[in-house]
Amino acid sequence: MKKSVFFSALTVAGLAATASAAATLDDVKARGTLNCGVATGVPGFAAPNASGEWEGFDVAVCRAVATAVLGDPMAVEFVPTTGKTRFTALASGEIDVLARNTTWTFSRDVDLKFTFIGVNYYDGQGFMVPKELGVSSAKELDGATVCIQTGTTTELNLADFFRVNNLSYEPVPIETNSEAQQQYLAGACDVYTTDASGLAATRSTFENAADHVILPEIISKEPLGPLVRHGDDEWGDVVRWSFYAMVAAEEYGVTSANVGEMSATAGDNPEVNRLLGTEGNLGEMLGLDADFAKKIIENVGNYGEVFAANIGESTPIGLARGLNAQYTEGGLIYAPPFR
Amino acid sequence: MATTVSEPPKAGFRLSMLIYDTRYRSMTIQVVALIGFLILIGFLVSNTIQNLNELGKDVSFDFLEEPAGYDINQTLLDYNNQHSHLRAAVIGLLNTLLVAFLGCITATIIGVIVGVARLSNNWLVARLMTIYVEMFRNVPVLLWIVFAMAILIETLPSPRDFKSGEATMSLFGSTAFANQGIFIPRLMATPYAWLLLLVFLVCVAAVIYIRKRALKVQANTGRLPKTGLISLVTLVVPVCVVFLGLSALSRSNTQVMIAAGLDQPVTAAVAAEELGSFDLCYPSGSASSLAARQFLEAAEIKYRRQDYFSKDAARRNFIRGRCDVLVVDQSSASATLAALSEEMRDGTKLTVLADDFSEGNAVRVEYPRITETGIPRFEGGTVLRNSLLALWLALSLYTAAFIAEIVRAGILAISAGQTEAASALGLRPKRIMSLVVLPQALRVIIPPLISQYLNLTKNSSLAIAVGYMDLTGTLMGITLNQTGKELETLMIGMLIYLLISLSISAGMNWYNNRVKLVER
Repeated sequence: MKKSVFFSALTVAGLAATASAAATLDDVKARGTLNCGVATGVPGFAAPNASGEWEGFDVAVCRAVATAVLGDPMAVEFVPTTGKTRFTALASGEIDVLARNTTWTFSRDVDLKFTFIGVNYYDGQGFMVPKELGVSSAKELDGATVCIQTGTTTELNLADFFRVNNLSYEPVPIETNSEAQQQYLAGACDVYTTDASGLAATRSTFENAADHVILPEIISKEPLGPLVRHGDDEWGDVVRWSFYAMVAAEEYGVTSANVGEMSATAGDNPEVNRLLGTEGNLGEMLGLDADFAKKIIENVGNYGEVFAANIGESTPIGLARGLNAQYTEGGLIYAPPFR
Repeated sequence: MATTVSEPPKAGFRLSMLIYDTRYRSMTIQVVALIGFLILIGFLVSNTIQNLNELGKDVSFDFLEEPAGYDINQTLLDYNNQHSHLRAAVIGLLNTLLVAFLGCITATIIGVIVGVARLSNNWLVARLMTIYVEMFRNVPVLLWIVFAMAILIETLPSPRDFKSGEATMSLFGSTAFANQGIFIPRLMATPYAWLLLLVFLVCVAAVIYIRKRALKVQANTGRLPKTGLISLVTLVVPVCVVFLGLSALSRSNTQVMIAAGLDQPVTAAVAAEELGSFDLCYPSGSASSLAARQFLEAAEIKYRRQDYFSKDAARRNFIRGRCDVLVVDQSSASATLAALSEEMRDGTKLTVLADDFSEGNAVRVEYPRITETGIPRFEGGTVLRNSLLALWLALSLYTAAFIAEIVRAGILAISAGQTEAASALGLRPKRIMSLVVLPQALRVIIPPLISQYLNLTKNSSLAIAVGYMDLTGTLMGITLNQTGKELETLMIGMLIYLLISLSISAGMNWYNNRVKLVER
């Protein structure tokens, strides 16, 4: 008797589990909001502004997806995640997409069962030191006390870098960016290491930003990109092409200012026509409106606009496009064709 | 003599009796409850397995054998980033146990003092203790931990200040209170120095025996023999003699250095020039490495020390080419040289340098000092990192507030007549407390004290807030993140915490059985 009850419980559980793995796109539409995992506060990438609205370069990806699926860039529920909690949040279904400066690595893609939908920022791990330390190269960091955020690829890169160069160091593991900042500014650690973009963002918030230098060595490849769970390819496609719509728009010169005009009638460039939905049925294939890309560009902007507004050279963060320029301008940003 | 036994009427067993017969009903309820419980467990387990399968993840513990890849700052065992995740977890576990152990001891000491002082007749002392207890009891422990860390970081000077002369070392130049931690001197010992420790322990045992015998004499004759001088002599003389003997041996024990990358037996000065870099393999706590350091400094040879956990670790890293110069006994130098040459992977040439120096005294003290070149940091000595200090301090002060209340309750449970009787015998207040009241209060104090120890141990898992790498930070933190094995790591972690708590309980229960009132 006990056994049969146990097996029937197994069956019930099995059925329940199968039912729960439904299409994310339908879930999001039914819910009316997109649950988007972001960082707990990295200026320029994801941080609430003075009026409490999230904004930043990563946040723009969330807004783009929400615009594509729900037609409203504000229909996003932001879930702040730490380096430690982000993967669990995504795997458990608490968030639909994770847009939190997350490095695309083999084991995260394959072993952790996630799908990276592209790269929105090509980054690399760097070091920031106070100028008074008199260090001009990472090779001079022997014996340094280094603040690192735990649960990131950063600590593995760091261990490798110091091992390969036969230098010693003392790691100080930190849970969040703000704690790292506190320890670094008080001089409890000599060096702060994370992605170079994150360093620039953190430095922009310092009182005396000019007293700190980012060392020239970039010790790792950090392609940062949004990611979704394995196993729901339709949803992965929606996120992927919402992002690439912004990239393609910049390539073809479609901006939030001229998108209304360009999408009013079909123009000469068939690629632009297909992107904006005046030709073909690309939106429909994704299960979205034909003009999903138009709405994204209208409400969020193209890749270049988002970059300039959040982290570009005119902002306090002051990052140059560098690797993140369009491929036509010597960068690595490249959207597959919309056809 | 015959007795008549009236047998109860034999009735057949009917199913309805399971509910209506009070003899069976309680059992029926229990069986039903058990089945319900098993169904619940079965549901949870199968649901988990099903969902993991669906995500394409399987439950496996193989990841424990893979290299961890990350470094840990405070390691009580030899560890580097090439060791396994399992080893990293053990390092974390030891850190957890360390802070729990230190915390329980200090919390008990502070708690007992505060608890007794709260009952003091001195109005000011009693009120101050009340304020302490209320303040710590009513604020979450996480805030205290973060607060303690912030104070340590913000108020203490950084190593840079020590270099620039803005801050100086305390306690006769031996200790540095910096915002990276407290750097204290450490003992450097020769391989035979454990003899010294053994002799010391034997002497302590002897002193305890002398004291006990004196008390016996007092009980028999009423006269307490003087033991002060003889105790002192027993404690000091044998240790001194053994120390002098061992030091005489170690001073005549000549040390030489084996250098990699040279084939001529040149002097250290020439070697440093030819090699360009002179990385001294520096096993922690070894007197010979301190001797080598002093020799190199006296000869004004520029060197860099590479600290390793043990002589074995230093030797391993020498073979891998991570440090260039290994210190060995002269007597075994040629044998070691031959063994090392065989093990060197790429056939690097090895040679014994021409200089030699004495190993020095059996036990010596190494003081921390600020480095002169490169990034300012403290070298030598040992460090109590501020993450450990903040956690230890906050956990002990927080738990001590609860223990103080337990102690106060225990003391109040002893009737005032006991105190009065003791004072009538002419005992002084201190002795009344330590000989009459506290021993009786212990049996009220111990049981709730156990749960405070358990609380402290479990609260130590908040360590990651200050970057202390305990079990939660290593196994359930970085390992979880790098391998993505949430279920496995959390299960192991929970099991370990359970085991720690159960062993603390078992130990304290045993102690409780010893001190509780023996009834006839």
